[in-house]
Amino acid sequence: MSVTAIGALEGFATTTGADGTQSVFPDAASYHALIASLRASGFEMLADLCGVDYLGHPGRTLPEGIVPERFEVAVNLLSLSQKRRVRVRVQIAEASPSIDSIFDLYPGSEAMEREAFDLIGIRFNGHPDLTRILMPDDWEGHPLRKDYAIGRVPVQFKETPGPR
Amino acid sequence: MSDDTTMNEDVVLDHVEVDGDVVPDNIITAHRPSWSSRETSEGAQELRRRDATEAQELGRETGAVLRLADGTVLDPTQIDIDRPDDETMILNMGPQHPSTHGVLRLMLELDGETVLRTKPIIGYLHTGMEKQAEALTYVQGCTNVTRMDYMSPLFNELVFSLAAESLLGVDIPERATWIRMLMCELNRMASHLVWMATNGMDMGSSSMMIYAFREREMVLSFFEKTTGLRMNTNYIRPGGVAADLPDGWEDDIAVICDTILERTYEYDDLLTGQPIFRERQEGVGNLTAEEALALSVTGPLLRSTGVPWDLRRSMPYLNYDQVDFDVIVGTYGDNFDRYAIRLNEIRESIRIVRQILDKMPKGDYRVQDPKVTPPPRGRIDESMESLIHHFKLFTEGFKVPEGETYVAVESPRGELGVYMVSDGSSKPFRMHVRGPSFVNLQSLPLLLRGGMMSDAVAVISSVDPVMGEVDR
Repeated sequence: MSVTAIGALEGFATTTGADGTQSVFPDAASYHALIASLRASGFEMLADLCGVDYLGHPGRTLPEGIVPERFEVAVNLLSLSQKRRVRVRVQIAEASPSIDSIFDLYPGSEAMEREAFDLIGIRFNGHPDLTRILMPDDWEGHPLRKDYAIGRVPVQFKETPGPR
Repeated sequence: MSDDTTMNEDVVLDHVEVDGDVVPDNIITAHRPSWSSRETSEGAQELRRRDATEAQELGRETGAVLRLADGTVLDPTQIDIDRPDDETMILNMGPQHPSTHGVLRLMLELDGETVLRTKPIIGYLHTGMEKQAEALTYVQGCTNVTRMDYMSPLFNELVFSLAAESLLGVDIPERATWIRMLMCELNRMASHLVWMATNGMDMGSSSMMIYAFREREMVLSFFEKTTGLRMNTNYIRPGGVAADLPDGWEDDIAVICDTILERTYEYDDLLTGQPIFRERQEGVGNLTAEEALALSVTGPLLRSTGVPWDLRRSMPYLNYDQVDFDVIVGTYGDNFDRYAIRLNEIRESIRIVRQILDKMPKGDYRVQDPKVTPPPRGRIDESMESLIHHFKLFTEGFKVPEGETYVAVESPRGELGVYMVSDGSSKPFRMHVRGPSFVNLQSLPLLLRGGMMSDAVAVISSVDPVMGEVDR
């Protein structure tokens, strides 16, 4: 399949992932505008949006000029007319993890952004209803963060002898 | 306040906390006795009173956001609910409701029998499988993901394996690829048959329930024979499949195909032409192509609107470019279209399976790479290297090069994707699953809007959510 360049990506750093999809790295300020121009250039559908916590993996491969931050939002867009995908990866600083919501462009991002907020703790500005979605409402912490302690239930056997 | 005084004051209004800010007194989710609110309330996740809901959210819950032209800002006065708050009722449906196919909870605002607003509340089956995946090696990972969409476990294993293989860069033997296709198409048949059964049940035809489960049993028996398990098979693994097909599998497949194909024509007699069934399905839960695309809806829901999008055809994976099949599309985007699509997809799967029967090559069923595939049992007794490889593989697992990948397959419910990040170790650094049911659920406010309460059951059924995948 011949790959033609996507005009909207001009001026942004890009890499190609293991799946052959182009990744583009905007900063948080140009993220919303880039998604809008990608949508205008034929990416009709938001396939997936998820957050990644890169704590403990600072040495990852990024194109030159992109400063690795703790959090990242990975957006996979799909073009039905051109039968191709593109991935947008935004670095998000740890201090106040927030980014613009793309709900106004893709209403289908609603549940996905809520999931990323719930499990990773990234806030999406302009989201209509940024509440937890999978965890109970009074849950503390964001479970998919790397520094979120995994609970442990001590294993007990039926005939276990008491503590010595 | 001591306990005895609170118990006597019958209701205490509870305050909703949004991120530490106490919401003013006029925002009230529900009137509940204080002693029961903690146990049952989902707080801010619930459907709120209309005067306490933001305009944009109100627009979403009524499906109005989607009816706007590009670039238009939602005008709160344009949301077409013209009845005052006190004439409507907020009804809670689920999570324990037989027609919600699991633990889906819907809150509906009703005007008489008409649905005005809907909000699905999910998470009752959340078991943290994405977190769990970070603690399991790639070898163990399949046992975890197979439990997500429990109606089509092989697709979960397939997409996980494809993602791991795309990072590893290994090529899978031809036979393994064809076996994967065979098992997945059989699984698609089984999954759609369960849908036919439960949809029939929701429509009041309990005989359909019995018939479709009877046919599904044939497929599950074949799974048991091949993989050892009827569900959650852990059969497709990174590097190939777990075992070769059993002797005489061709005969089993031929019987399954012949029987089920014949029976689908009996379903036609039972349901397709039946006036009561059609009355309840046609024109109910309508969706347009634009709305479906905007909401990221995939699978039979998207195809029912007339968009011929099937990843097997549009972006072929495995060997789907070498088999003949039709992509079934609908016209009206209603429940009946989705029923017809699923029924005909069973027939198309049978068509594909019959072609696989002819094309199945000889060869290996897993890649002969000692770093990915465990050695055969016999070798362990003779060869020290095999023993070491076996031990390393099942204690430490294999290391996957650093990188990230997004792989998607067409599951019976739509685009099932995995976004996998590897840091070079033997466990995924992050594994995110794009569950089609999770995304498709967002279409419910739109599909139910303006319809009758009694149609809600039919619409939920036709969206076909599997809660194991929604909540993960």
